[in-house]
Amino acid sequence: MNPIINEITAAQVKTNLTPFKVGDGVRVHTKVREGDKERVQVFAGVVIAHKGSGIHENFTVRRISYGEGVERVFPRNSPNIEKIEVEKDSKPGRARLYYLRGRTGKAAMAVKVKRYEAPAKA
Amino acid sequence: MIATLLGKKIGMTQVYDAKNVLIPVTVVEAGPCPVVQIKSVETDGYHAVQLGFGAQKPKNASKPETNHAKKAGLETTPRVLSEVRLTGAADVKVGDVLTVAAFTEGQTVDVLGVTKGKGFQGVVKRFRVAGGPAAHGSMFHRRIGSVGMRQTPGRVWKNQRMPGHMGSDWRTVQNLRVVKIIADKNLILVKGAIPGANGDDVIIRSAKKAKKA
Repeated sequence: MNPIINEITAAQVKTNLTPFKVGDGVRVHTKVREGDKERVQVFAGVVIAHKGSGIHENFTVRRISYGEGVERVFPRNSPNIEKIEVEKDSKPGRARLYYLRGRTGKAAMAVKVKRYEAPAKA
Repeated sequence: MIATLLGKKIGMTQVYDAKNVLIPVTVVEAGPCPVVQIKSVETDGYHAVQLGFGAQKPKNASKPETNHAKKAGLETTPRVLSEVRLTGAADVKVGDVLTVAAFTEGQTVDVLGVTKGKGFQGVVKRFRVAGGPAAHGSMFHRRIGSVGMRQTPGRVWKNQRMPGHMGSDWRTVQNLRVVKIIADKNLILVKGAIPGANGDDVIIRSAKKAKKA
């Protein structure tokens, strides 16, 4: 990328955000403005996708709310994201957990964990 | 004050504004532009200033260019020269340097430039003609179709949409908001897209049809 653009956006890329990865159960604290009041809203769920880099980086969190699947895409560097808590660690075998979308009930939030490390290729 | 600068399109990115809204912006390196020549009604028949931008390597600059710049007291020869028409006599003098200080954050600007060249294109890309069905033996995919009627008028209307050269046109994008100015690096961030590829020369000026506050 152009070094000038890098410099402009570098100041807005967050460096102090709790690290998390796809498959983690997270609680995303976002600032919400209502009129002139500001409060913090929490969106808890599983990170199912993580895309982009630099200022454009974003991630998708999926949760089941009253029996209905809800997905929300957060821009990672948004000043509206106050903090991210990682509740559950996991090691899924893939980068995008879109297979959770077709599921219902308890299975809907159960991230499949990779059982073994892939053998090293010669 | 002349609120026109020559510049270079750096590229697009996004920035968060004061309300935490992510805004698409184009980064323009604008100026510093030295005033190279002043034209007036008495000598040239019209009022204008000639601005310069960038620098040429001495080996690439022609003698007339070099001496023209020298006459204005410049050490380097500008890569680009462009005139800005004025309605009255210029309030700047030769050797003055115009910078991004001519603009303020929040104001609207027009950006002029040459669009990306697309070469010889058909009507589907060039004029957004719908084209025909892709399959079912249609044999009429991206063709132009009918271009007129019968014996009356017996000719093809002017401006009938046909294949031809697309792009490389001089275009103006009006009323773009200045999101941010980085004065020490001569950068202006305007909201939205502007003509041309990254690295192309552009002209940035205060909006001619700005909404009155």
